[in-house]
Amino acid sequence: MPSLLGMSGIGKRFGATQALEGVSFALSAGRVMALIGENGAGKSTLMKVLSGACQADTGTMEVDGVPYRPTGPSSARDAGIAMIYQELNLAPDLSVEDNIMLGQEESRTGLLSRTRQRPRVREVLDRLGHPELQLDTPVGQLSVGAQQLVEIARALIGNARVIVFDEPTSSLAGQDVRQLFEVIKRLRTDGIGVVYISHFLEEVRELCDDYTVLRDGQVAGAGALEGTTEPEIVSMMVGRQVEELFPTVPHTAGEPILDLESLSGRQIPHDIDLVLHRGEILGIAGLVGAGRTEMLRCLFGLDPVVSGTVRVGGVARTPRPRTMIQAGLALVSEDRKDEGLAQDRSLSDNITYSHLAPYSRMGWLNLRDRHDAVTNCMAELEIKALSPEQTVQELSGGNQQKVALARVLHQDADVLLLDEPTRGIDVGTKAEVYRLVGEQAAAGKAILFVSSYTPELLAICDRVAVLARGRLQEIRAASDWTEESLINCAIGGEAAVV
Amino acid sequence: MNSAGNRLSNLAWSLGPLLGLVLVALIFGAIEYNVAIGEDRQPQFFSKASLQVVLDHSSMVGVAALGMTLIIIAGGIDLSAGTAIAMTATVIAWVYRDGHAWLLGDAATLSTGQSVTLSVAAVSVGLLTGALCGLINGGLISLLRLVPFIVTLGTMTIFQGTGKTISGNTPIRAFGKVPDMVSAIRDPYPDPSWLLVSPGVWIMLILAVLVALVLRYTVFGRHLFAIGSNESTARLCGINVLRTRILVYTIAGLFVGVAGLYQFTVFTQGDPTSGLGLELKVIAAVVIGGGSLNGGRGSVLGTLAGACIITVIQHGCVLIGVSDHYQDILIGLIIIAAVAIDQLRIRLQAN
Repeated sequence: MPSLLGMSGIGKRFGATQALEGVSFALSAGRVMALIGENGAGKSTLMKVLSGACQADTGTMEVDGVPYRPTGPSSARDAGIAMIYQELNLAPDLSVEDNIMLGQEESRTGLLSRTRQRPRVREVLDRLGHPELQLDTPVGQLSVGAQQLVEIARALIGNARVIVFDEPTSSLAGQDVRQLFEVIKRLRTDGIGVVYISHFLEEVRELCDDYTVLRDGQVAGAGALEGTTEPEIVSMMVGRQVEELFPTVPHTAGEPILDLESLSGRQIPHDIDLVLHRGEILGIAGLVGAGRTEMLRCLFGLDPVVSGTVRVGGVARTPRPRTMIQAGLALVSEDRKDEGLAQDRSLSDNITYSHLAPYSRMGWLNLRDRHDAVTNCMAELEIKALSPEQTVQELSGGNQQKVALARVLHQDADVLLLDEPTRGIDVGTKAEVYRLVGEQAAAGKAILFVSSYTPELLAICDRVAVLARGRLQEIRAASDWTEESLINCAIGGEAAVV
Repeated sequence: MNSAGNRLSNLAWSLGPLLGLVLVALIFGAIEYNVAIGEDRQPQFFSKASLQVVLDHSSMVGVAALGMTLIIIAGGIDLSAGTAIAMTATVIAWVYRDGHAWLLGDAATLSTGQSVTLSVAAVSVGLLTGALCGLINGGLISLLRLVPFIVTLGTMTIFQGTGKTISGNTPIRAFGKVPDMVSAIRDPYPDPSWLLVSPGVWIMLILAVLVALVLRYTVFGRHLFAIGSNESTARLCGINVLRTRILVYTIAGLFVGVAGLYQFTVFTQGDPTSGLGLELKVIAAVVIGGGSLNGGRGSVLGTLAGACIITVIQHGCVLIGVSDHYQDILIGLIIIAAVAIDQLRIRLQAN
């Protein structure tokens, strides 16, 4: 099969770091290629080279047998290469049509010609199987899934022949993921070459035809997915055998520590009753918008509580972050960038912000003590950073997540509220997080573990609760759930109310 | 990049504003030297007297800019600083004028004790006025949850109007009613001469060291950076954002009070309209010194260098005989250049 896109011998060096070395990559028309690798393996750099966002030091590229030397994003577009990033590039106040045609508007002597534009937009949406999208709706009012469609449509209007999806499902709810997969399958049938970057091996398995695994800037393996097992791929990714994807630490549940009594927020959550015990990992499942994050935020006092009580160790507490932290609660936000971490502050600051008291005398800090404590934290969690004074934004996603977890551990909280703690981090780091959570439970801490990744919920939690439409549907022991029954419960709850 | 190299380059960049100051001084020094030789007179830019004047003239903006640095680090802004300074000066002048008349009664002169009491009262009332202005700003921003830019835009004119009300719409003069102790604060050629620079400069330096220590070594300082860098994170970590914000504006208000005292002592008068535009110089000093209006960044050393750069330009232009509209243009260019260099630094460090 002739290859649509070929990259060979690509090398790129940033300062002292060899980000890519001798990477070759071939994509055929009508195939979906998974690009897999841990954080920092070089996936993003490779795609930046492809999109012209940065120039390779060595190597050549070809599109359809024609040499391709991008000098910037516009030359990538001219060559028919489009990127769909995790963070969408849309103007929220412009309409669907205007976003799709942005930068490639149909015009006659500078005047926008909607009559010529509309049929093209409609045709492309038909091709994607979504003619129902209203062209005049401002994009900001659409769901994330529909926004993604708009971006894909924009790529097709630009005659894209290669479309790169960078972690497209990480911000999508269940139904939207299904919808995206259907669209990608249509693209494949249309003869478009798709590069699919993802951390989720299950997705890769379902959607992709071929794979390329990167590790430390080099190709660690490539081929057809058929006949390749998951453990094989994982060992290519991490360069060693991963014993267990979901390591557990034995722990037993003790006395109740957190007690929610008909907790209601402004809209969601609604009327939640829940008891969490010491030494217990309680998973919270549900679709996006089911109220899982909102429940954590309410009980921690980040969002207003309209009615209900939160008891910690039997004592009713006013939900306010400061009060809750003093009562022994700690929260890891799902949003590392905008809430979880102060990106331009140091590791030291980020880890100790919630608990500066041990280093403070009359408001004055003992920076040396703090430096030592943070150094210990970093060693314990194996955080890879130059020093405690390095800013958090310079760290990889996995290491940033560890910093967020380090804060919670440093705080020595009794109740850990973890919101999507493994989102956007690689397999190896995920396993470390699971072990850490298990150890905390074994030490008698109580953990609320919110996740959209069903396999991890079933593997590491003792009990799993399902939320739908802000209400608690059902709590069962993790062993009494199957992936299917869990998803049915989450979706069923939605359907029942509608 | 290794850790030591990293630290070295960070140090070099943090000295950037200081290097900028040296550069600007050298350029003006060289030009003034040539101009002076051409006019057959003694060059005076690089002289002790020149240094004394520049530092003294930097002290009012410098002191106010220290407070502004705290506010900007916490992600805020204070557009009312200028009119608050003028209002404080007006209030001080008012206390001196009316207090003097009241204490004097039928006597010919005030006794030493009376004049000390009067000064203590005037200075305290001045500082309190500044702090109150800050408290009002911080309170409105925190309790009404309004944007600092809008709130202080409003209080900017409110403070000017209040000042005019107090003064009866004309400057309040307190000539001859202020003891030498107080008016000497801003004497560029101090007596005793071993002080080298005016007492006001020394007070500014002491306050600067204090602010630098607070920023680095206190919980409050860390909280300021946290709030300015990411307010959501600060909330998540249980930091009392409202209280910290009210506190930082109040402290900055105290610095405004000191600046008001400085403004008053130069001509021993208070003119409530003299503050308009001053806030921009104060903000410019912080920005030239590396402060980021997005919050989370700013340094004491940079701010002081920024304040001095502005004065050096003004002083240099006077010595060369360049008219003051060129000064404005130059200061504007320096602000833009400083921010552009800072952006360049961020881009370089990102690579």
